[in-house]
Amino acid sequence: MVNPPATHDPICTAPIAADVAPRVHWQTGPDGPVLRVQGEWTAARLADARLWHSLQASLKHHAEGATAPLAWSLENMQALDHIGAQLLWARWGQAWPANLQATEAQRALLERVARFTLEIGCAPPSSMWQRYLGLGAGVLSLLSHLHSFTGLLGQLLLDTLRLLRAPSRAPWRDISGHLFRFGATALPITALVGFLIGVVLAYLSAQQLRRFGADAFIVDLLGVSLVRELGPLLAAILVAGRSGSAITAQIGVMRVTKELDAMRVMGIMPGFRLVMPRALALAVAMPLISLWTTLMALLGGMVAADIALDISPTYFMQALPGAVDLANLWLAVGKTAVFGLLIALIACHFGLRVKPNTESLGKGTTAAVVTSITVVILVDALFAIAFKDVGI
Amino acid sequence: MSTVPASDQPPAVDIRGLWTVYGGNNAPEFVVHRDLDLCIAQGEIFSLVGGSGSGKTTLLRHILGLETPTKGQLSVMGQPTSLADPRTAASRIGMLFQQGALFSAFSVLDNIAFPLCELSHLPPELARHAALVKLQMVGLQAKHASKMPTDLSGGMVKRVALARALIMDPPLLLLDEPTAGLDPEGADGFCQLLRALHSELDLTVIMVTHDLDTLLELSTRVAVLADQKVVAVGTPREVIATPHPFVQHYFGGGRGQRAMALLDTPSTGAAQPQATPA
Repeated sequence: MVNPPATHDPICTAPIAADVAPRVHWQTGPDGPVLRVQGEWTAARLADARLWHSLQASLKHHAEGATAPLAWSLENMQALDHIGAQLLWARWGQAWPANLQATEAQRALLERVARFTLEIGCAPPSSMWQRYLGLGAGVLSLLSHLHSFTGLLGQLLLDTLRLLRAPSRAPWRDISGHLFRFGATALPITALVGFLIGVVLAYLSAQQLRRFGADAFIVDLLGVSLVRELGPLLAAILVAGRSGSAITAQIGVMRVTKELDAMRVMGIMPGFRLVMPRALALAVAMPLISLWTTLMALLGGMVAADIALDISPTYFMQALPGAVDLANLWLAVGKTAVFGLLIALIACHFGLRVKPNTESLGKGTTAAVVTSITVVILVDALFAIAFKDVGI
Repeated sequence: MSTVPASDQPPAVDIRGLWTVYGGNNAPEFVVHRDLDLCIAQGEIFSLVGGSGSGKTTLLRHILGLETPTKGQLSVMGQPTSLADPRTAASRIGMLFQQGALFSAFSVLDNIAFPLCELSHLPPELARHAALVKLQMVGLQAKHASKMPTDLSGGMVKRVALARALIMDPPLLLLDEPTAGLDPEGADGFCQLLRALHSELDLTVIMVTHDLDTLLELSTRVAVLADQKVVAVGTPREVIATPHPFVQHYFGGGRGQRAMALLDTPSTGAAQPQATPA
């Protein structure tokens, strides 16, 4: 009644003989209708979507045509494994059919499947009380983050004092290595981004300034905005994405592979050897990168001003010192040092909290980057309020 | 020496003239396997032994198709590995990695059901039930299904990994150090489980092990890898009797002597070669 698909298996290169395809065959025996199960009911066959769909279609067809309880005969099957038995058991509605003809081995297999098939309850939907508890857990987790971050900050202070007391025993090699990795290797990308932002900013402002005939003020506009705000912020965001994620991933993997424990066992404090060198290196490198980004952005602005407004580079250079108070530069240096310290500390903080699985490592790295960028912008706002009378 | 149990079925694994060479070009060449021949019949529990770096795990990776030999032929269940479709791998070979290699982002049940869930035409309920059956077949309880791999003990990780390897009922099971890192009781339990599954599921088992107790307790045949090829193949007794210096050194040490006592006590002796599964 059902034509077995005499086609080529799309997965295997060898053609499948028609008789191995899992299928059922309707027969009217002396005691009524019998469904003969034929072919190979194995995971390998059922994994083939075409064989699966033709089997499902024929099973459905016979279920609709049946009027009386069916008898099942498994004796003509070529192979049966656990997946095939699972399918039969599900087809029987997880109960033995009234009339079943099967070999001893098939029965044993089906019995094992029947014994071990059970429903595991799904998690009930969360009640209001659980949501309330969840809120509490969230607040507590935030507090624990703050607590351990404060601990990290205090430890850094103590470690820095220890460094000042005995400078010869400090990990200078680590510090210089991190300076190179966080600072020198970040120069190309920050230069490119800074230059482009300078160009874009100058072009957009040029349109507005020309309408008011205030062309010459482009120097003031670019100077103050880039030196005081945009340069430092841009550099900090780039460094947070670049070095912050690297720090978290590195420390996180060291935690997963128990390298941190090995270090502690040898009496070497991870705070002194891992956190402090990174924090100091980034606190030193960050102002330098920020200065570099600002310079590149000013260069881009100068080029764009020359092209769009005919303001010569010579005039730009001469007008710049008058337009931007030197205090702005010192403010930028001061706040980027704080940014660098915060980025390194936040990255270390999330790295030290990584749990030994891949998902936690990914989550920690994301959290480190997002948190450090947010904190940088928040602290920048604080600086803007605190120093609102300086340099303007 | 390498007599293969006669059978009309194709051998589970047939390796002829296998060469594995790393390096080349500018790097110095490093030969792992030199003209290696090995034939493993279906239904065997076959052990590979050898010193560190003798290429046992590399041989397993060849059988799995994770690496391509530099030269030579390799066929699994009568089919050359180079022609095998990677999409059907889970229903051909199950592999138990040394550390389990469970996906740490998934729960135990999702780990076991993973190969089935990847076949999008199978209903999720079937995959879930099949995974639960396999979970209980390896001696774990249904309550462990929702746990994460990090919450499991070493022995449980091995059992879950075994359940995952067996989810598609492959005829061939490869084990890399199945009892490493388990306590003696756990190792005994795992050996019993392997022996039971071997006879229940009609499996061919190939394992790499340094644990002589496991080796002598389970193996129907043993192959010793040394000098970049197979230096001895046969039942544990035959292999131990081989005069090759590495074999004598390997089995003749203190640990080997103690494990040999196992062979001489008839009740716990090695399984008979060519044991046909029930």
